[in-house]
Amino acid sequence: MSKQENKENKKFSIWDLPDVPMGQLPPHLQLQRTRVVCKADAPIHTDTVLYSGAYASMGIDNSLHLDSFRSNFKVEVIRLTKDDMEFDMIGIDAAIANAFRRILISELPTMAIEKVLIANNTSLIQDEVLSHRLGLIPINADPRLFEYLSANDTPNEKNTIVFKLHVHCKPGEPRCTVYSEELKWLPNGSEFIKESEKVDTKPSTYTSFSCSQNSLQNFSSNPISPTEDKIIIAKLGPGQEIELEAHAVKGMGKTHAKWSPVATAWYRMLPEVVLLEEVEDEIAEELKKKCPVKVFDIEDIGKGKKRATVARPRACTLCRECIRGGEEWEKRVALRRVKDHFIFTIESTGAMPPEVLFTEAVKILEDKCERVITELS
Amino acid sequence: MDPQPEPVSYICGDCGMENTLKPGDVIQCRECGYRILYKKRTRRIIQYEAR
Repeated sequence: MSKQENKENKKFSIWDLPDVPMGQLPPHLQLQRTRVVCKADAPIHTDTVLYSGAYASMGIDNSLHLDSFRSNFKVEVIRLTKDDMEFDMIGIDAAIANAFRRILISELPTMAIEKVLIANNTSLIQDEVLSHRLGLIPINADPRLFEYLSANDTPNEKNTIVFKLHVHCKPGEPRCTVYSEELKWLPNGSEFIKESEKVDTKPSTYTSFSCSQNSLQNFSSNPISPTEDKIIIAKLGPGQEIELEAHAVKGMGKTHAKWSPVATAWYRMLPEVVLLEEVEDEIAEELKKKCPVKVFDIEDIGKGKKRATVARPRACTLCRECIRGGEEWEKRVALRRVKDHFIFTIESTGAMPPEVLFTEAVKILEDKCERVITELS
Repeated sequence: MDPQPEPVSYICGDCGMENTLKPGDVIQCRECGYRILYKKRTRRIIQYEAR
């Protein structure tokens, strides 16, 4: 053990002990196992100890038991709004927390505009760019009510949502802005007639809906539209016109980011800020001033003396400003992260509420596990 | 493709007048005599992938 570490663990010295305690990890190993310690240059002990016999010599079983997981695992919702959610996930491995994050971003289906049929576009924005912009507009439709449209399928009411956009800026009028609210849902499918080679056949459109989506129970009360009304699609000069149809289909974020149901989903480990020694008076003031997110507070301890306390460790962004400025600062403050405590944030694009997104992500991971089990057995 | 070449309409680059030309016609605006004509966008539907 280095000199510095000796000082950090003042209360513990292996030589003071009568014998190696069985069934209990010594504090420095416990720290390595459960915390990431952030030094001024880089974090250390970042890996999780997975091997069941890692601490066998100390009589400790490091294997994971379902019962202990069940009793220790906790979820605490910190903030929940219409399309934003923050919650703590405690007692889970980083690998699984990361799996949820990845599933949220790339494997939860949503509806997004995939085909754009342009009849007329005399605006400045090119057809390709316009289509790309339309594709990125989040659509307020539950993807669970739709099926995937595969290559050989004909678009029907179960796999396609059709929107119409017909805007015209009259000559002599000022420039106008086209917003996403002008995308009008066509519950009966496409209105554009497909040009066919045979003249005598009945005219067909680009979709073949057998019934109106309006008649389906879920949509009659809650018409489909873009989630936001004021997304700018294009700007039109006098005399310019856009006439198009946009067909939205179900897809996943791994195919294209437009299908990702989250603006983003991320997690961070719970910060733990520990003062290793009493920080008093001028140094306390300095410490308080160093932190840009105001982690530290100062309390009066009488006799005109002041002491620094860690008031808001959760706010710590790990900027390490507090341990900059020489070795003595590194000895005063320890910045750590709790390895199995994740502060998870989900920002939904609005198609589905964030709590539903997370439960859907859990279901997908469950399905994946089941698939592995059936393949193995 | 079409059996009879139908007259195609063009837009004058100067006055914006619509002109219909048949093969062999002089490329000139009927209104102002300007010699630059632009072809109109097709009335057909063009399909794009929104990616």
